Amino acid sequence: MTPVLSVQSIESYYGQFQALSGISIAVEEGQTVAIIGANGAGKSTLMKAIAGVHPPTKGAIQFRGKPISGSSAYALVQQGIAMVPEGRRIFPSLTVEDNLLVGAYSGRKGQWTLDKVYELFPILKERRKNGGTDLSGGQQQMVAVGRALMSNPELILMDEVSLGLAPIVVNEIYEVIRRIAALGTTILLVEQDVSRGLREASYVYCLLEGRISLEGKPSDLKKEEISRAYFGI
Amino acid sequence: MDLGIDRIINMLVQGVLLGGLYVLYGTGLSLIFGVMRLVNLAHGDFIVLSAYISLILAGFGVNPLISIVIVVPVMFVLGLPLQRFVLNRTLGKGIMPPLLITFGLSVIIQNALQLGFSADTQGLDAGALETASITITPSLSIGLMPLLTFVIAIAVLIGLQVFFRRTRLGRAFRATSDDPEAAEMMGINSRHVYALAMGLSLAIVAIAGILLGVRTNFAPALGPARLLLAFETVIIGGLGSIWGTLAGGIILGLAQTIGAQINPAYFQLSGHLVTLLVLVFRPTGLFAVTRDK
Repeated sequence: MTPVLSVQSIESYYGQFQALSGISIAVEEGQTVAIIGANGAGKSTLMKAIAGVHPPTKGAIQFRGKPISGSSAYALVQQGIAMVPEGRRIFPSLTVEDNLLVGAYSGRKGQWTLDKVYELFPILKERRKNGGTDLSGGQQQMVAVGRALMSNPELILMDEVSLGLAPIVVNEIYEVIRRIAALGTTILLVEQDVSRGLREASYVYCLLEGRISLEGKPSDLKKEEISRAYFGI
Repeated sequence: MDLGIDRIINMLVQGVLLGGLYVLYGTGLSLIFGVMRLVNLAHGDFIVLSAYISLILAGFGVNPLISIVIVVPVMFVLGLPLQRFVLNRTLGKGIMPPLLITFGLSVIIQNALQLGFSADTQGLDAGALETASITITPSLSIGLMPLLTFVIAIAVLIGLQVFFRRTRLGRAFRATSDDPEAAEMMGINSRHVYALAMGLSLAIVAIAGILLGVRTNFAPALGPARLLLAFETVIIGGLGSIWGTLAGGIILGLAQTIGAQINPAYFQLSGHLVTLLVLVFRPTGLFAVTRDK
């Protein structure tokens, strides 16, 4: 079976700085895959390359067997790739509800509607008239996840959803992510919290200095192996 | 100088109604800046260009007010390629490229108009409507054209408000204004949104240009002065606020009319003075909803 997402030896640069060198990953249908790694390992760059925000200079990216590495971010949403960006990027001048509705801009049909998202995050329904950035960090993260769902994606890219949030809030968010995954949506997430990444994903890639230093099923990986791959020592 | 109560009321009414025209000047400028942080220095010249397009149609016997239904779509359509193929290339490269390009456009439009129509002043003849007025009291009558201009300005603002708050595309405009990159991640093509915004801006400019032409004479070189009035409206009201633009236009209109009562030569000057005062004491404008630091 062709994977939903296949990244083949991509390279990415910021000016002279090579942020990614020869990265290859594959994400199967319905899988939750985590990319772990330290700060500056290239995790977010990889996400941006896949999402069409910062296209790679070399290599290929395929979504359901179709090459997408030259596509713009907005075109990928129409094809079924949604993004929960790092730092949430909630639109401050829009209400919570308008933020969610912007997520539906592509007009893709599917199971996710405003009501369904409110069922998933009841607190957002209460706060729907509030300004998008007037919410707590956790609630803003819920808006970001809900907004991505509104495009009815087949693949969701989640960039550091736990960053800067209290552990109890992170638990809540991952609870919902598990429910989304159970409904059949394929998820690729970037997680700085290694144990969280290992717990949530069925397959893990560890990045170190723009290369994949380790990959495998969490159950097959040994602790020492992981810390070597993570810290490069 | 006799300042009877009738005279004062008359002056205030004329000032407010004059503000309607300035609201139409300022709205398009504010819209473009709000959505893509672009200052269109050719804004005033597009206003004058619209008046000339209406003048051409008048040659075929089309009443200027009827010509609105033709000039508005023409200017809208003109805005799309202008943004797509010219102005979009200048965005994201600092503040200078868009300023230079629109300044260049301003010069080109002025010279093209001069070439095509000579430097003579022209006017649009809207017929009997131009001089018609409604008598409120024996000493107070309201000109129908200024009143119509004001009503159109309010209608445009209400239309924009509904567009921004209630429609899918309006939300996309606001999202793009907040964070274009994040908007792209949500499936919005920001370049396309920018083109539509320029089209919308020029559509409003078309209305302003025709009403200008009916109200007063115009000439090819008049654009920069219209741009200044548009700027002043937006500066007084505050960028990014639809209703601030309304207040800005009215305040500017009032300032000019009151100034002219003191001395006819103070008409322009008093408007500039009020703008200067706002800039000194409240640089973000009276009703700004700025998100930019």
